[in-house]
Amino acid sequence: MADAIHDIEIRNLYKIFGPDGASLVDKVKNGMSKEEIKSRYQHVVGLNDVNLTIPAGQIQVVMGLSGSGKSTLIRHINRLIEPTAGSVMFDGKDIVQMSQTELRNFRREKTAMVFQKFALFPHRTVLENTTYGLDIRKLPGKEAEERARRWISRVGLDGFEDSYPNQLSGGMQQRVGLARALTNDAEILLMDEAFSALDPLIRTDMQSVLLDLQAELKKTIIFITHDLDEALNLGDRIAILRDGEIIQQGTGEQIVLRPANDYISSFLRDVRRGHVITVRTIMRKGERSDTPVTLPHTTLLEEAARAMTNENTNRANITDAKGNHVGSVTLAKTVAEMIAPDDTEEVSLEEAVA
Amino acid sequence: MDLIDFPSMSRGDLRGLRMAIDSGFRDFTRAYGETLENIFHPIQVLLVFIENLLIDTPWVIVMAALAALVWLLSRSWKIVLGSVISLCLIGYFGMWDDTMSTIAMVAVCTLIAVVLGIPIGILMARSDRANALITPILDMMQTMPSFVYLIPVVMIFGLGKVPGVIAVVIYAIPPIIRLTNLGIRQVPADVLEAAEAFGSSGGQKLRDVQLPLALPTIMAGVNQTIMMSLAMVVVASMIGVKGLGQPVLQAINNQYFTLGVMNGLAIVAIAIIFDRSTQAYGKRLQKHLEAVHG
Ligand SMILES: Nc1ncnc2c1ncn2[C@@H]1O[C@H](COP(=O)(O)OP(=O)(O)OP(=O)(O)O)[C@@H](O)[C@H]1O
Ligand SMILES: [Mg+2]
Repeated sequence: MADAIHDIEIRNLYKIFGPDGASLVDKVKNGMSKEEIKSRYQHVVGLNDVNLTIPAGQIQVVMGLSGSGKSTLIRHINRLIEPTAGSVMFDGKDIVQMSQTELRNFRREKTAMVFQKFALFPHRTVLENTTYGLDIRKLPGKEAEERARRWISRVGLDGFEDSYPNQLSGGMQQRVGLARALTNDAEILLMDEAFSALDPLIRTDMQSVLLDLQAELKKTIIFITHDLDEALNLGDRIAILRDGEIIQQGTGEQIVLRPANDYISSFLRDVRRGHVITVRTIMRKGERSDTPVTLPHTTLLEEAARAMTNENTNRANITDAKGNHVGSVTLAKTVAEMIAPDDTEEVSLEEAVA
Repeated sequence: MDLIDFPSMSRGDLRGLRMAIDSGFRDFTRAYGETLENIFHPIQVLLVFIENLLIDTPWVIVMAALAALVWLLSRSWKIVLGSVISLCLIGYFGMWDDTMSTIAMVAVCTLIAVVLGIPIGILMARSDRANALITPILDMMQTMPSFVYLIPVVMIFGLGKVPGVIAVVIYAIPPIIRLTNLGIRQVPADVLEAAEAFGSSGGQKLRDVQLPLALPTIMAGVNQTIMMSLAMVVVASMIGVKGLGQPVLQAINNQYFTLGVMNGLAIVAIAIIFDRSTQAYGKRLQKHLEAVHG
């Protein structure tokens, strides 16, 4: 199994769609807006100075509204789209500079992709779809088939190996898409709105399938979504795109606690804060209370509130990863934080998360 | 200036021009005609071979083989039964040998059209330049009255089977080229992107994704090519291709109404057999595209 060990480093990446994008990079660098480029030069700014380090073995979510450049960004990682300027480094190599052969081998061996509209091969059975990546690499048919069958079974499609994609429901088709990508056993897994076409129930189901798999596979996953709950549920880290620019990146908790601007705040309005924020960010450091409840510092506010009410107390002590006491929280503060940001008592994030 | 008559080239100049071109072409024919004939000779060998095979083999075996072929393509007893009945009637009314000649001619023409047409269609699908260049040629091939391009073909090859086949192929090849091109261009972009994302080379994309997905469309092209070759049997018989066209031609010249109708109906019968079998085959190829779920 190929555990991911290399970060992906995206540096100063620009993409300007249009016949003469290269000549406009300087204008964009000097701050010309997307609208101005569009109206004066009929070019579309897809990405604007994107810098992002995607840590090996983690799930990096990229979020943004429709047209913000999410698909454009993810397609630069396997260079389905050629950048106008910038670099994408992986394992000491710049993907942007690779020759066609290098690029093909990189795609075959290091990446796999899951698509929003599934993009299965309609003329191939589930099994043949799943072996596609290995067929392309000219692996012996028998080995490819064994590996494919393992993943088909893993995503819960036993018995459908010989069905054609059109005979399956949407959720099942996306499982095929996932199995096809996983069979490639690549370090990097690119998922462009992979679950967006699914109905809510199947969607959460697929999210847990993905999280279960990731717990053991530890791939570097780039996951695109425009759904905040999905982003917070899956993302080790989240980057938010707007008009091709990354306007904030960090953990879900960091973003929920400290939205960089009103645009992001408006995104976060409906978020279940109690489901994202952990007690360490709201505890009073060093304080010790007389209470039967002791919680690890990574406990979510919802769980903390439930624990306190269950024990009929309004305080809880907090311990760090090693079990040492680090502070305490009150029920009132916990509930207040779940409802709305508390402006009166500023918590320094760096301090809190440290 | 006279506005009633269009200002045309003087008659003498026009005649000069025509004669210059004609004599140029005649020189070309004289110089290369034999070489060209040698190059195209294998077509004659193939056609004669298939024709003799069909005529010399006992008719029961030929009938059984044709029925089996129709079954393989269509998987429909109705079509097989219809084919056998039509062939029996054709034989009973004394048109068996001519029908076999025509089937041989159509088979050879279709084979040549497929072998040439599919690669040309692929080329057009892959290069917009080739597409822009070849499309008007195809338009011309389809609209130019077939008698016009018979002239140079006959000048080079004289009368016989080979010029007949060439004329038929020129007439019948455009649909297969167009539909191969169309079929490949119609492959959904997201499916191609998926192939690309997994690191397929151009050849792998063509072989594993584009051609299989274009196949039903290509089959529709083959079907049309067969129909158009059949439509040309009478014209082909004018320059010496044996088959059902010759009695029709004879009937036209001598006003033999019944002879003409009988042979005409025989042509229609094989056309229907070919059409139903290839269409049923094309449908079967599309089976995987039938959505069971939304
Ligand atoms: N091939 C192209 N040519 C011109 N403009 C393009 C092209 N592809 C994308 N764009 C533009 O780039 C911008 C970003 O598009 P992109 O597809 O990356 O958005 P997205 O965030 O993935 O949106 P969605 O959520 O709808 O998928 C849009 O303004 C889009 O119109
Ligand atoms: Mg998108």
